[in-house]
Amino acid sequence: MTWPAMSSMLTTAAIITRTETVPAFIVNALLSGLLVAAIAGPLGCFVVWRRMSYFGDTLAHSALFGIALGLLLDIRLELAVIVACAMLAFLLVFMDNRRGLSTDTILGILAHSSLALGLVIISFTDNQINLMAYLFGDLLTVSGGNLLWIGITSTVVMGILFLNWNRLLAITLHEELAQVEGINTRRMRLLLMLLIALIVAVSMKVVGILLITSLLIIPPACARGFARTPEAMALLASMVGCLAVCGGIASSWFWDTPTGPSIVVMASLLFVIGRLLKPGAD
Amino acid sequence: MNSDVLLNARDISLQYNQRQVLQNISLTLNTRQIVTLIGPNGAGKTSLVKIVLGLVPPTSGEIERLEGIRIGYMPQRLQVDQSMPVSVSRFLSLGANARADRIDDALEEVGASVLKDSQLFALSGGELQRVLLARALIQEPQLLVLDEPAQGVDVNGQAELYRLIADIRDRHGCGILLVSHDLHLVMSATDEVICLNQHVCCHGHPEQVSNDPAYLELFGKKDAETLAVYTHHHNHSHDLAGDVVDADDCGHHHTD
Repeated sequence: MTWPAMSSMLTTAAIITRTETVPAFIVNALLSGLLVAAIAGPLGCFVVWRRMSYFGDTLAHSALFGIALGLLLDIRLELAVIVACAMLAFLLVFMDNRRGLSTDTILGILAHSSLALGLVIISFTDNQINLMAYLFGDLLTVSGGNLLWIGITSTVVMGILFLNWNRLLAITLHEELAQVEGINTRRMRLLLMLLIALIVAVSMKVVGILLITSLLIIPPACARGFARTPEAMALLASMVGCLAVCGGIASSWFWDTPTGPSIVVMASLLFVIGRLLKPGAD
Repeated sequence: MNSDVLLNARDISLQYNQRQVLQNISLTLNTRQIVTLIGPNGAGKTSLVKIVLGLVPPTSGEIERLEGIRIGYMPQRLQVDQSMPVSVSRFLSLGANARADRIDDALEEVGASVLKDSQLFALSGGELQRVLLARALIQEPQLLVLDEPAQGVDVNGQAELYRLIADIRDRHGCGILLVSHDLHLVMSATDEVICLNQHVCCHGHPEQVSNDPAYLELFGKKDAETLAVYTHHHNHSHDLAGDVVDADDCGHHHTD
């Protein structure tokens, strides 16, 4: 048994047997981390298959712009982040290719200018916010309200993803073929981007803006070698993500390491172990 | 519209980025007819296919399809990312109207039953083309649109693939629009050839066209040379925008 698995079992065992002594914040952290990891697995598969990791990064960076807007307009921050990410997703879907610049360059411009703009706007607000919490996550401060919010969002994303699974697979394999066969490919692309935007908005609390993409791509990359169907890869990615969350929280609990980065380190470790066990695509 | 007519395009033009891609193309496709589009790279073959499929609207002109027509489309190529684990049968099941028995039948028809459980990314060029053809057949198409079906297939495999396509027409009674740039191999299986270079250079039954001086000028000279390379000769020139510069002695009519 690998040691992350062992430590995750220890965490779970600790919660089950000592509920009265385990603080509520750990339970909240564990539940919200598991919810996000479970849905980041299947969604992350599409990010890997469609080579959208830079898109994920751009969305994540624009989340800080959302935070800044939320502080400025005094609206709920989660909502502001979703609006900012969704706006960016719309912008990317409806911009066509006649601008003489590659998507890569456009994404780079959007990612960094929205991050920078967010930081500048935040400096103007009176709020003394903890920037580190947004950049690297703040899982241990998840409140009951946050947890409910994460739960609802994850369930909605999971449901939409499940209902559109085959259509999304079809456009991923060959967009024009899918279109000839009657799928509205633009709507599907937009849907996928919005789902990623939603997950970015909720996983900000878990691993932070700068590490969100890792939660989307490392678990599917780890699962790839062990899967022969898209569904198996998605399921395995969810499991790897959950394991990483358990391991990260355990490490935070026992050795006082920062939770978000610990989760990502744990996922990377699982990826390396997976590669050693199965070096190639099956 | 006559029920034998699957598709009727009139005076189709397409402009993209201020560039004329297609100019006044008219084309009719009938049931049980194989029409081959030939022409050099950049002639607008794929653009015309996209218009026929309804993926791209023409800048001007009209296109009329048989109502409720089922179109099977075989794209030029399928690039499968290694990161995606998906078997041939799962790929085929993603198409419209895909049922398990139809998947088996289609795979058998294209001679690829043995590939059913193979991973898609591991297939060779020829195998992948057969699988794509199977996916088009699962639609039970009335019109089959094949964009360079023999791409990435070796010469022996190409002849076999074109025989298979002719067989499919006979068995299913569908109309076929075929894009190719190797005329030699498709000649025998084709009812009508349309030579395209942004406009229709010449068209007609292969037999009839082959006696056409314009056709001989276009294709005859290179007949004896290599099969793979097809050089496009014209009795008129195109300027950089693709417009016909001196069309006066070309022996067929250009509508500009």
